[in-house]
Amino acid sequence: MTDKTGGVAGLPAAVPAAAAGEASPDRMLWWRLISVALFCGAWEIAGQIPINFALPPFSRTMAAFFAMMADGSMERAYLSTLQPLVIGVLISAFLGVGLGVLIGLRRDAEWLIAPVFIVLQAAPMAALIPLITFIYGIGLAAKVLAVCLLALPVIVLNSYKAVRNVNPSLVDMCRAFQGSRLQEVFKIVIPDASPLIFAGLRLGVAAGFIGVVLAELLITPTGIGDLITYHRSVADYAEMYAVIASIIVFSAVTLAALQRIEIALFRPETRETA
Amino acid sequence: MNRAASPQPQDAGAAAPAIVEVRGIAKAYPGGVQALDGVDLAFETGGLTSLLGPSGCGKTTLLKIIAGLLAPSAGEVYVQGRKVTGPGAERAFVFQDFALMPWATVLRNVAFGLELKGRPRAERHETARHYIDEVGLTGFEHAYPHELSGGMRQRVGLARALAVNAEVLLMDEPFSAVDEQTRRKFQEDLLRLRETERKTFLFVTHSIEEAVYVSDRIVLLSPRPGRVSRIIRPDIPRDDSPDQIRRHPVYLDTVEEIWRGLREFVE
Repeated sequence: MTDKTGGVAGLPAAVPAAAAGEASPDRMLWWRLISVALFCGAWEIAGQIPINFALPPFSRTMAAFFAMMADGSMERAYLSTLQPLVIGVLISAFLGVGLGVLIGLRRDAEWLIAPVFIVLQAAPMAALIPLITFIYGIGLAAKVLAVCLLALPVIVLNSYKAVRNVNPSLVDMCRAFQGSRLQEVFKIVIPDASPLIFAGLRLGVAAGFIGVVLAELLITPTGIGDLITYHRSVADYAEMYAVIASIIVFSAVTLAALQRIEIALFRPETRETA
Repeated sequence: MNRAASPQPQDAGAAAPAIVEVRGIAKAYPGGVQALDGVDLAFETGGLTSLLGPSGCGKTTLLKIIAGLLAPSAGEVYVQGRKVTGPGAERAFVFQDFALMPWATVLRNVAFGLELKGRPRAERHETARHYIDEVGLTGFEHAYPHELSGGMRQRVGLARALAVNAEVLLMDEPFSAVDEQTRRKFQEDLLRLRETERKTFLFVTHSIEEAVYVSDRIVLLSPRPGRVSRIIRPDIPRDDSPDQIRRHPVYLDTVEEIWRGLREFVE
């Protein structure tokens, strides 16, 4: 689980707080745009050569995307994918942070609950999905469960580590000024742990995206999974890539938005730099 | 080193009544490290006492026991005649690493002790502003700790301790994490603060010069296990200017005397 928290620092979303100090936000934006443009350009060239018959150029993928937006198939797919994703992520976020904080605060809870999530995090989730189907069928419940199974462990374990790593001096400070246990948890522990908790939430949401796409590919093709499977089977590669690219962008935007929320709610002091 | 040879802790000349009494305090950490053993001390009201000793002599442990943050293995602490079982309103703590909440402004940090007591926002902010002014941080009320220098951060820690209006201020190496110039300024400010605030100060330091400069009384602790080794009352004229004090023969002699006493503990 340490490599999970360590991996957070590697996420581009986590870097700006440190890096933006030197470069102005405007220049950062330009560099990002240039980076995206370079990527799309390389994709276009690779598709035009073509290096593989199944790789459509960027322009055709974009055209396919707008066509699918126009005929409503993309929107319908997202609506049906978002349902298990949002439900699963919300359950995982509240349950995960709650459980993680509890494990971090109490030794007995740690012994009782932590091993389950450590095992779950190590387990290859795709292998468990047939089992989910066996028990919960092919409906919404199975997909929500797939999202939760992937998202919960990383959220729980990050919250737990976050609480364990709270600055002991701040806890002493709160006690020295006669803070109650409840005040200690809500005024010191949770705010101090919030960067790591939110790092876990971002990883959890990313895992939730994996979970919902896995479920849609492996359980029953619906939503995004259905679009990918269908367009692959009829060799509409431009449409297939449009769906895949859109889910990646959607996931990235969601994670960035989550970081904004974190900064606005919990860490006002980093607002200028992030 | 042995207890019979050490001077009696309740040394003569303690005119004012004791506000903090430490009786037979011992502290063993799990793993067998004996940090303190049989410490008896009394701290008089309004005095500034330094706990001085080499690292590992348990001076911070003793301060945290008095603060109620650590439970002693044996012995009791009495503050204003009441036995200490935990932190109390009559004691405030200043931390070596400042212990400021990085997500809160100076104003909220200073008011935090009052916030924990459930005082209304307007009242606690008014009090906080008064003490922010007292420590010379006016204009920084809405700054965050990371925008301040080390010295300014400790001023916030000091203002927070003053804001709860405790009778006893427990300071754990408060100036050790700030640079030398700031440190000297701090020591001078501390003396001025003593005049205006009329509180009892317990001051942990590893700096001999600092202890002699600011204290009415210096308690020397011996290392492992920490015991009271000597008690010294530097007889320095306090109305002199800081420069005069630092060159005063009594100041220099006391520093030298303490160093000779501590030398045996440092290899």
